[in-house]
Amino acid sequence: MYACIHCREGSRQALLNLAFTFSPRVEDTAPDAVALDIDGLERIFGSPLALAERIVRLASDAGLRVEVGVASNPDAAVCAARGLGGIAVIPAGQEALLLAALPVSLLFASSADSRQSSAEIEETLRLWGIRTLGELAALPEAALSARIGQEGPRLQKLARGAGCRPLLAFSPVPGFEHSLQLEYPVALLEPLFFVLSRLLHELWAGLEARALATDELRLRLHLEDRSADERNFRLPFPLRDHRAGLKLMQLELEQRPPQAAVTALWLAANPVEPRVLQDGLFIPLAPAPDKLEVLLARLANLVGQENVGAAELLDTHRPGALGMKRFTIRPPGSNPQIPQISQIRNPRPFAKSADSTLLAFRVFRPPLPAQVQARQGRPERITARGVKGNVVSLAGAWRTSGDWWKSDGWDRDEWDVALSDGALYRIYCDRAARAWFIEGLYD
Amino acid sequence: MGPASLKTELQSALSARFGSYLNFQEKPAPELLFTGIPEVDAIAGGLPRGCLTEIVGPPSSGRTSLLDSILAAATSAGEICALVDAGDSFDPETAAAAGVNLDQLLWVRCGARPADALKATDLLLQGGGFGMVVLDLGDIPPRQVRRIPLTSWFRFRRGVEHKPTCLVAIEQEPCAKSCASLVLEMRRQRECWSGAAGCSCLLDGAVVQAARRKPAGRDLTTKAQRHQESFLVSSCLGGSTRTA
Repeated sequence: MYACIHCREGSRQALLNLAFTFSPRVEDTAPDAVALDIDGLERIFGSPLALAERIVRLASDAGLRVEVGVASNPDAAVCAARGLGGIAVIPAGQEALLLAALPVSLLFASSADSRQSSAEIEETLRLWGIRTLGELAALPEAALSARIGQEGPRLQKLARGAGCRPLLAFSPVPGFEHSLQLEYPVALLEPLFFVLSRLLHELWAGLEARALATDELRLRLHLEDRSADERNFRLPFPLRDHRAGLKLMQLELEQRPPQAAVTALWLAANPVEPRVLQDGLFIPLAPAPDKLEVLLARLANLVGQENVGAAELLDTHRPGALGMKRFTIRPPGSNPQIPQISQIRNPRPFAKSADSTLLAFRVFRPPLPAQVQARQGRPERITARGVKGNVVSLAGAWRTSGDWWKSDGWDRDEWDVALSDGALYRIYCDRAARAWFIEGLYD
Repeated sequence: MGPASLKTELQSALSARFGSYLNFQEKPAPELLFTGIPEVDAIAGGLPRGCLTEIVGPPSSGRTSLLDSILAAATSAGEICALVDAGDSFDPETAAAAGVNLDQLLWVRCGARPADALKATDLLLQGGGFGMVVLDLGDIPPRQVRRIPLTSWFRFRRGVEHKPTCLVAIEQEPCAKSCASLVLEMRRQRECWSGAAGCSCLLDGAVVQAARRKPAGRDLTTKAQRHQESFLVSSCLGGSTRTA
């Protein structure tokens, strides 16, 4: 037997909590209705009617006004709760009789039945003059199927109260977090990693048991000086390999070790559905996402977090303006610039004419201070660290300025010069500082 | 008698005695990655995958223009590339103008620390999955690059071997010795200016010459003609967008 609790004005969580107080098998049917399996509850709560009365009483104590339907299958119970109101207990075998007077719109109210064609079918039934479940149940099944497809017989079965689907049990996602109080403070990283590995392993076992992955790990270290050190590891993809997670934490802690000895650890993971991705034969080579994250962490450990990533062009005319963003790999198809399989299979040779090859530029960061001998404002000889020569040819000057309303505005004259040392440089004179710099060289 | 014909004659003479033991397994030709410049592809055929390629030349010889073109070709084919910038001199603006998809290029800035650049390159090769890894030592003085032990280059060669990754090193002089499978030498022939001399003019670009230094051609007499090509690199941000 199944019961359905229907509440027009209650919260979904309150309904679920109410249902879980009576049965461990609860279905989150719709925002306003939950169904529960009441088989075997007779010994505790008595007859189905007594159980329904008890549900209504408990809901009333909690400030909820609910209707309860009890039937031999979940769909009939839902229809009874929604359509009959109050407490409705339908004995087995009498579903069709008791549900016959209910409006046919009840079948389309539940989210489980809100399919794309539901509105069209409802409109079709209305045009046919079918108003009640009894009228729908009386239609010839073959003719109904011929006119509105497979959905017709299914709805007709529901109208007769003869649904036979199983209850889709709702299982609340547990909080994936573990903590550990250490017997004595740990000051060294190596023993800390040992403890962390154990915690992470337990956490991952819980995730794996529910076929889940994580896209965020949170680590909180309680330190000996009574402060807390919290680190967040946001991942651009759901991680399933606990070794990659441990490595990321190790690299982060090696880069920024805690300021004092650790007395307790708390580790939490945000559970998400694992990524399902079908690799193709013709998809270009790309690093595996978990390996890439570890690689990026290693590189950040080596050269600094701010020096690893993808370059970003900023929307400004400021010379040398540069942005760095986190490097991520988009799955094939999500990036319009990545060719599709058909293009990869028949690759077009990236042949452009020689005239379209662009002269590249190499930037000196920071710009190289230079001594420039000028005649009538035109550079004639340049001396800087590693650069020395007479100007052979030049082009300029181009004056650029911007952000003059800010403290870091720029105002300069730029020159392209060919020096006697054989290189082509871009130099500029900072008009505010009255100083010359070499910005870089064309290569 | 050339070495090839001598080898064939020896094989035919000894095949009756030793049979199939003389049929050496030839190393399969590596897959090639096109550079995007037909003239360079004509002399080199493309950059071999699973091998180390050196692009050498003095400053302003067109090395970076060639590199940008290669990166543009690779990223437009959907490959993920990595650039280890030892001198922190990569200019994203001109690279993007050349067609490089910056979202698919991992940029590692090493701040003029060649030792870090070598470690980063090693990590990238060990990590795997990149279509191309570039080690840019173009701004590092040659005497400093020469100090890189040959074992590092051997390690790189072993790291990239049997992988579909193309390892490219940009230098002023070739340093990898026998570890490099292809050496392209760049040289600027002349720069192109527009406008009358003495008054405002524009840097239009440069004519650069690419020459294949390794592997050398068999016909030594015509090597100079057959294995070098000139092409024009035009200025995008240097001159053509400016008005005189």
